[in-house]
Amino acid sequence: MMTENNKPILEVKGLKTHFFTKRGVSKAVDGIDFNLHKGETLGIVGESGCGKSITSLSILRLIPSPPGKIAGGQVLFKGKDLVTMSEDEMRKVRGNEISMIFQEPMTSLNPVLPVGEQIAEALRMHQKMGRKAAWEKAVEMLKLVGIPSPEKRAKQEPFQLSGGMRQRVMIAMALACTPEVLIADEPTTALDVTIQAQILELIKDLQNKLGMGVIMITHDLGVVAETCDTVAVMYAGNIIEHAPTEKIFANPRHPYTQGLLDSLPKIHEDQEELQTIEGSVPSPYNMPAGCRFATRCPHQQPICHEQQPELIEQNDGVKVRCWMYTDHWTAKSVKEEAVK
Amino acid sequence: MLMFIVRRLMQTIPVIIGVTFVVFFIMQLVPGDPAVLLAGEGASKETIEAIREQLGLNRPLLVQYFDYLTSVFRGDFGVSLKNSQPVLDEILVRLPITIELAFFSILITIVLGMAAGIISAIKPYSLKDTTVMIVALLGISLPSFWFGLMLMYFFSVKLQILPVAGWDSILHVILPALTLGAGGAAIVARMTRSSMLDVIRQDYIRTARAKGVRESVIIYKHGLRNALIPVITVVGLQFGALLGGTVIVESIFAINGLGRMIVDSIRMRDLPMVQGGVLVASLVFVVVNLIVDVLYRFFNKRIELN
Repeated sequence: MMTENNKPILEVKGLKTHFFTKRGVSKAVDGIDFNLHKGETLGIVGESGCGKSITSLSILRLIPSPPGKIAGGQVLFKGKDLVTMSEDEMRKVRGNEISMIFQEPMTSLNPVLPVGEQIAEALRMHQKMGRKAAWEKAVEMLKLVGIPSPEKRAKQEPFQLSGGMRQRVMIAMALACTPEVLIADEPTTALDVTIQAQILELIKDLQNKLGMGVIMITHDLGVVAETCDTVAVMYAGNIIEHAPTEKIFANPRHPYTQGLLDSLPKIHEDQEELQTIEGSVPSPYNMPAGCRFATRCPHQQPICHEQQPELIEQNDGVKVRCWMYTDHWTAKSVKEEAVK
Repeated sequence: MLMFIVRRLMQTIPVIIGVTFVVFFIMQLVPGDPAVLLAGEGASKETIEAIREQLGLNRPLLVQYFDYLTSVFRGDFGVSLKNSQPVLDEILVRLPITIELAFFSILITIVLGMAAGIISAIKPYSLKDTTVMIVALLGISLPSFWFGLMLMYFFSVKLQILPVAGWDSILHVILPALTLGAGGAAIVARMTRSSMLDVIRQDYIRTARAKGVRESVIIYKHGLRNALIPVITVVGLQFGALLGGTVIVESIFAINGLGRMIVDSIRMRDLPMVQGGVLVASLVFVVVNLIVDVLYRFFNKRIELN
């Protein structure tokens, strides 16, 4: 699906989002870079609290402020920096050129407004449609996302719809203005497995039709394997590995990514216990000076604790943030073995 | 919806019967004999006995009660022991006054309270918020008899821009309505603020922001409608307190309303008048509760109508 190497539609450069609280500064997102092209699906994966949702909220500047603040970096959308944009201009981007689907379909829709109105609202605002035209388009959108008898459903309120249907409504709402970028923050986490597959299929399908770039935020590697062209793995506010999906699954470079993949249950092996990664994530209030994964890493060396490695592109285009893949690494054999 | 209203009206019947029962027997417990009071000081035993006989006060209590109950359902509230006027006539003269007072008071409660609450919630912990909330705290804490007298002192005696007491023009309504509505307004303000702050944190507000909705639209369209649900309940409850408050406010401002009538009748041990007054006040309260319930369902369709 990834199109030829034209200019990316969204460029995130050195984005830092920090939370200034009484306990100190929490560096939830601490300098991340990635690009998104038209028609591409980028997966951002990582465990809870690694900063993936904060990243997505930062792009649309929806961080609750205070205490949150974009402390540095740029988010270039078609060359314009969203970080420094005025609130008025930003509003024209939200829901119109960049849309978002949230994790919780049960609570993300306004409980007292008919769902059709919630979709039509964006159309009236951004596309300057009249009341009737916007409503008709809203019904059409509900039909597009596969809701049966959309005319009737449009008049209903969220509590009259099932979870899967609500997520479809969210998608219809997000896509009503045909955005160029769709950010899907764990769109299937709250849904059961059969509905999950349908929703992912739907997003993919609509992406093919509309040609938008999709950022898929998830902690579910199955979702990544199914939908993403490239994957950025986040750990403690950083991207630690960024590669085409098949490369990540076939040959993970970063010890964290390796651990993540090892911890997946394997259907063809008779496992007594699932693999885990020892230790826990460092506190966002007190990040170590060196590599943030160092204390949990099976390959750690002194340098890992001294200085943080950069995200460096390898010969085959895979980017990884690990000393093992630099000239500073002493145990050459490990590097050679891993690159293979 | 119609079925719901009818069913709710049916439910009020036992409530009303309960009210008559409680009022009737409480008045029996209150010391003082209406026959003695009516006969006047120094009246002979025979006179008192005759009055008692005439009013049926010497019959067994339960008989008196059921007698009263059946007349009430026929629309006969009895006659005043004081001036022999039909109780219903006396009430109907005063009820519109009290309803008018209650209406303006609740208007002040709602408008002032919600406006203050929204102002506070938009910028929480700001100077504006703190000021509004301190004023609201004062509003809750000040007793209405003192607050009423203070208003009277400043606006009527010092500034002389509003009438001191009475009930002739719209100007006469302002001070009593303000006195009566202030406490409720303060409670509504606090409720609106906390409800609004709670709503603003909800996921669907974030969704609205992500859609590019203007902040003012978020507050009024997406926020307020959700925030109003608990506020409506509080307003309904406030109305009960407000009816009780008319007793005090009508006395302070010399308004010839239902509240003052009840107080005067209690003083006179005028049993039929007290019963009638309390009964009508309860009816008003029941009707208002019904309206609140209907509104509540209108704003929150998730509640089943049955």
